[in-house]
Amino acid sequence: MSELKKYKELALGGNIEKSGTAVDFKTGDWRSSRPVYHPENCIQCLFCWVYCPDSAVILKDGQVTGFNLDHCKGCGICAHECPGKKKVKAIVMEEEVK
Amino acid sequence: MQKTILAKTGNEAMALAMKQINPDVVAAYPITPATEIVQIFSQYVADGEVKTEFVAVESEHSAMSACIGSCAAGARTMTGTSSQGLALMYEMIYIAAGLRLPIVMADVNRALAAPINIHCDHSDTMGCRDAGWIHIFSENAQEAYDSMIQAMRIAEHRDVRLPVMVTTDGFIISHGMERIDTLPDAEVQSFIGKYDPMMHLLDIKKPYTVGAINLTDYYFEHRRAMVDAQNNALKVIKEVGAEFGKKFDTNYGLIEKYQLDDAELAIVALGSTCGTAKVVIDKLRKQGVKAGLLKIRVFRPFPAEEIARALENIQTVAVLDRSDSIGGFGGPVFTEVRSALYGSAKKPRIAGVIYGLGGREIDMEQIEGLFMDLKAGQVKADSVSYLGVRD
Repeated sequence: MSELKKYKELALGGNIEKSGTAVDFKTGDWRSSRPVYHPENCIQCLFCWVYCPDSAVILKDGQVTGFNLDHCKGCGICAHECPGKKKVKAIVMEEEVK
Repeated sequence: MQKTILAKTGNEAMALAMKQINPDVVAAYPITPATEIVQIFSQYVADGEVKTEFVAVESEHSAMSACIGSCAAGARTMTGTSSQGLALMYEMIYIAAGLRLPIVMADVNRALAAPINIHCDHSDTMGCRDAGWIHIFSENAQEAYDSMIQAMRIAEHRDVRLPVMVTTDGFIISHGMERIDTLPDAEVQSFIGKYDPMMHLLDIKKPYTVGAINLTDYYFEHRRAMVDAQNNALKVIKEVGAEFGKKFDTNYGLIEKYQLDDAELAIVALGSTCGTAKVVIDKLRKQGVKAGLLKIRVFRPFPAEEIARALENIQTVAVLDRSDSIGGFGGPVFTEVRSALYGSAKKPRIAGVIYGLGGREIDMEQIEGLFMDLKAGQVKADSVSYLGVRD
């Protein structure tokens, strides 16, 4: 974070006056489990990308390639929604190990 | 400019002011003795006399929450409540001020339970005096009407941007019928002007975040900025009051001095009791007693310097509180007035008097008796006593 501002320099009422600032804050560090991607089971339905509350599913040329673990909170919605291929999930949640 | 003289109760007067302000949103839940304000207003909505979106909510907590949402969305927003209703809003009261949203609320002062009571004292709004709201008391229905109109300007002023509560004394003003001068709708609209929300959440070209978390790094700075806004309000309230006076013939300030400049004995009070005190003072003056009144119209921001200047040459002062800070050293008005005088070179003998809790009657005889006690030196300086309680 940049240098702390003085009180007269702040926006009214604590408003954050621009959008997209969430990318500056790494919210992935309190995750207790992480999504692990198995591309061989992925049908590229993009359900995970649609459902992810933190926009942490990385797409490249319209294809899922993995996860932004700086912002993934490990909620598991992606794994829950994933239809997989022949009932085998393309996203599996695994415990974080210290 | 033609004023219309009408017979109105305090509640009717406040509802009429709201109609003439014609806010974008009113969200409210009824509670005695403030019920009529929003009931009458909702009739204006139903009759198409205002363009307001009226949100009937399921509680006062929701009422203030809806007001916060609508104000942040850029709508001119008002509400009304009293007592337990204000208490239920308490969490959101702080949020409205902290988010710097210029909501205007009519509050009819009523005691807080227990024991359950529906009558006047100032415990309800005094309970949120530290929240950051501007807090204006009314002596009568006329002042309530005039202050509601001024409140919109004060709240929305760029140097202030804080919510304002305008209060009346429960039943005494809210249900008492008085003769009031009312302004034409167009004059009210011209006085309050068009609302410029500065930023609003429905502006899709400038997306921004309201209500983000501030921890040890920024919370303190945001609260400090509110102190500046309150200090700015001291000037803005006087400017708006003077402009109101210039246009509509009644000047408003932070305090009102009644027979005070040459007074030897004085009382300090808020609200309807000031009207009673003025009659007593007129009587005492005819008898040669140099009695006077300092009425505090604006309790937040607290006009400490003006109060100290107004009282420093008085010999003996009784500060009347219609609420108590139970376990504290006197009621909130007493503690703040006494504190304001601490730095003065000359200061009066000063005592705190708690009166009128739960609507207990305060009459002319009691106020005259208080002046007589002040005159006879029977009120002990730096003490707190209870007027009108059975002991």
